[in-house]
Amino acid sequence: MDLANFSIQLLNSVQYGLLLFLLAAGLTLIFGIMGVVNLAHGSFYMLGAYLAYAFTGAWGSLALAVVAGTALSIALGWLLEKILFKHFYHRSHLDQVLLTFGLIYIFEELRSMLWGDDVHSVGIPAWLDWSIKLTETLSYPAYRLFMLAICSALALGLWLLISKTKLGMKIRAGAFNSDMAQAMGVNIVRLHALVFAMGVALAALAGMLIAPLSSVYPYMGSQVLIMCFVVVVIGGIGSVRGALTAALLVGLVDTFGKVLLPQFASMLVYVLMALVLLYKPEGLFKQ
Amino acid sequence: MTTRRLVLTRSAALLGAASSGLLLPAHAQSNKIRIGLMLPYTGTFAQLGQACDNGFRMALEEKGNKLGGRDIEYFKVDDESEPSKGVENASKLVQRDKVDVLVGTVHSGVQMGIHKVARETGVLCIIPNAGMHAATRALCAPNVFRTSFTNSQPTLALGKAMMAKGHKKAVWITWKYAAGDEAGEGFKDGYLAAGGTIVKELGLPFPNVEFQALLTEIASIKPDAVACFFSGGGAAKFIRDYAAAGLKGKIPLYGSGFLTEGLLDDELAPAAQGIMTTLHYSTSLATKRNDAFRLAYAKAFKMQPDVYAVQGYDAGQLLLQGAAAVKGDLSNKKALYSAMEAAVIDSPRGQWTMSKAHNPVQDMYLREVKGKENIVLGVAAKALSDSGAGCKLG
Repeated sequence: MDLANFSIQLLNSVQYGLLLFLLAAGLTLIFGIMGVVNLAHGSFYMLGAYLAYAFTGAWGSLALAVVAGTALSIALGWLLEKILFKHFYHRSHLDQVLLTFGLIYIFEELRSMLWGDDVHSVGIPAWLDWSIKLTETLSYPAYRLFMLAICSALALGLWLLISKTKLGMKIRAGAFNSDMAQAMGVNIVRLHALVFAMGVALAALAGMLIAPLSSVYPYMGSQVLIMCFVVVVIGGIGSVRGALTAALLVGLVDTFGKVLLPQFASMLVYVLMALVLLYKPEGLFKQ
Repeated sequence: MTTRRLVLTRSAALLGAASSGLLLPAHAQSNKIRIGLMLPYTGTFAQLGQACDNGFRMALEEKGNKLGGRDIEYFKVDDESEPSKGVENASKLVQRDKVDVLVGTVHSGVQMGIHKVARETGVLCIIPNAGMHAATRALCAPNVFRTSFTNSQPTLALGKAMMAKGHKKAVWITWKYAAGDEAGEGFKDGYLAAGGTIVKELGLPFPNVEFQALLTEIASIKPDAVACFFSGGGAAKFIRDYAAAGLKGKIPLYGSGFLTEGLLDDELAPAAQGIMTTLHYSTSLATKRNDAFRLAYAKAFKMQPDVYAVQGYDAGQLLLQGAAAVKGDLSNKKALYSAMEAAVIDSPRGQWTMSKAHNPVQDMYLREVKGKENIVLGVAAKALSDSGAGCKLG
C-alpha cells in the first residue's frame, strides 16, 4: 500500500468513524444519563433517512429537508420521552429492551405504511455533485468531504457543549449522579427530555446525511444499531469523548481490515471490542 | 384428579381436532388439486413474492385454472422471508392443508426449511426463485424442481463475455454470505476457464454497505474490470458509490443480473449506464413470446413483469405439463416426475429444459444498462447448465 493509497484509506476511516460517532453519541448519552437501553435508536436513523427522501422529493432541496427533518425529530424525541421513556427510567433493563424492541416494529410498520417497502435513493444536491480527482483512477466525492466537514463540526460542537457550557455541566452531572444533581437544583426532568430529543435528532441527522450516499431502505436502522452498541461499549457507557475515540477506532479497524485482511474483516471490529473489554471492562473512558 | 384432567384435556383436543377438520373423512377434501403457495408477501422481498405469485396464477389462468382436467384450490402462507419459521410454515401447508404441491420460495434460508420438509414428506415442491446450490446439488430430491437458477449460474456466464472484451485481469467483490460465495464460485469457474485471472477477491459482511474502502482498493489495483454480486438496496448503493468514486467509465463493471434488476429508476439510472450483467431474462428481450407475456401480465396486474414473475409463470407451466401427462393424478409420482423432467418450457425468457438435478438448462443473456433498461446484447452462454455436483438423480 503506497502513501497516497494509505492516506485515502485513512480519510475513509475518519469519515466512516465520524458518521458512527454521530449515531453513537445519542445512544451513549441516553444510555449514560437516563440508563435506558434504547434498541430503537437505529429506527431514528432510518426515519431520518426516509424523511430526507420524502422532503427532498417534495421540495427538491436536501438542505431544507435536513432542517425540517431535524426539527421534526427533535419534536418526536421530546414527545416520546414525555409519553413513554420517562416511565421507564427506573424500570429494569429487560422492560426497556421490550419497549424499545416493540418500538422498532412500530416504526418499521409506520415506515411501511407511509413509504412502502421499496428501496429509494435521494439525489446529491447539485452543488455538491462533483468529485475531486485524487489519483488517475480514483476520485473522491465532494459530498463525502462535505459530510466529513459537517460531522467534524457537529462532533466539535457537541464536545464544546458538553465540556464548556453550563448545560454540558448539568448533563455530565446527570450522567455521574442524577439524584445528587437534582438535589443541587438541576431540573433533571427537563434535562432528560432535552438529552433524549438531542439523541434522537443526532441519529435522525446521521440518517438524513447518509441518505444521498446510501440508499434508503427498510430495516436500515437495525444494521447500524449493532455497530453503535459496539462503539458505545468500547468507548465507555455515557462518555461522549469515549464514543468519539471508539468510533474513530472502529472506523480505522473496519476500513483497513476490509482491505488488508478481507477474510477476517467481519470479525475484526468485534475482536477489538473483546480486547478492550478484556483490559478495560468498563470501556476506554468510563464516566 | 389426574384422570379427570386427562379426560378434560383429551376431549378438548378432540373438539379442537373436529373443528379444524382433522377428524372429517379424508374424502371431504374434495377433488380439487391443492396448491400451496409459500412466498414472502410482507417484508423486504414482498414484491418478489407477489411477482412469483402473479406469474404462477397467470400461467394456470391461461389454461382455465385446471390441472390435467381437475380444478384447483390455493392455500397461501406468508413466509416473511424468515428462515426460523421455514420448517413450521412448510409443515403447515403439507400437514394441515394437505397440499399436493408446494410452490416456494424467494429467500434461500427459508428454502432450506421447505427443502427439509419436502425431503421428509415427499411432497412435490417447485422453487420459483431461491438459488441455493444444495437444493439441486448435494441435497437434490426427486420431488423438488426449480424454475429459476442456481446462485452460480448467472455469474458462470460472465467469464467468456469479459474475456471477449479483452478484460483479462479482474477483481471480484461481493457480500460474504452463502449466496455471495456461490455466485463467486460461478464467476471463478467461468472466468478462469475462459483464461482470465482474478487479481483480488474483496468482500464485506452481509448486508454491510460501506464500500468506500474497497473502492479505494480497486482504484489502486487498477484491474481491467470488476465483477460483482449484489442485489436489492445494497446493489443500488454499490452502483452509486462506484460511480461517485470515479471508477465508472474507467474500470468496466460486470455483475450477475440481480445487480440492476428492478432498480433502474430516475435516480440510479445515470450511475448505472454501461453496466454489463448476465441473467436468464430481461424485460427488454425482443421476442414474440416475451412481448405477448408482458402485454398479458401488464393487463392482468397493471404493472410490468420482472424476472421473478417469469420464474413464477414457468413454475406454473412446469406443473401444467406434469399434471397433463398424468391427467391430473398427482399421486402417480413416477410418471409425474418423469414428465416434469422431460418438460420443455416455452418461457418468456426463451425455451429451457430440466437438468438431471432438476434445475433449468437455459440461455444466459448479456445485458447492458442503457437508459432505464437492461438491453439484451446477445446470448452470453447457450443452454447453460448448473454442474449439479453431488446430485445422484437421473
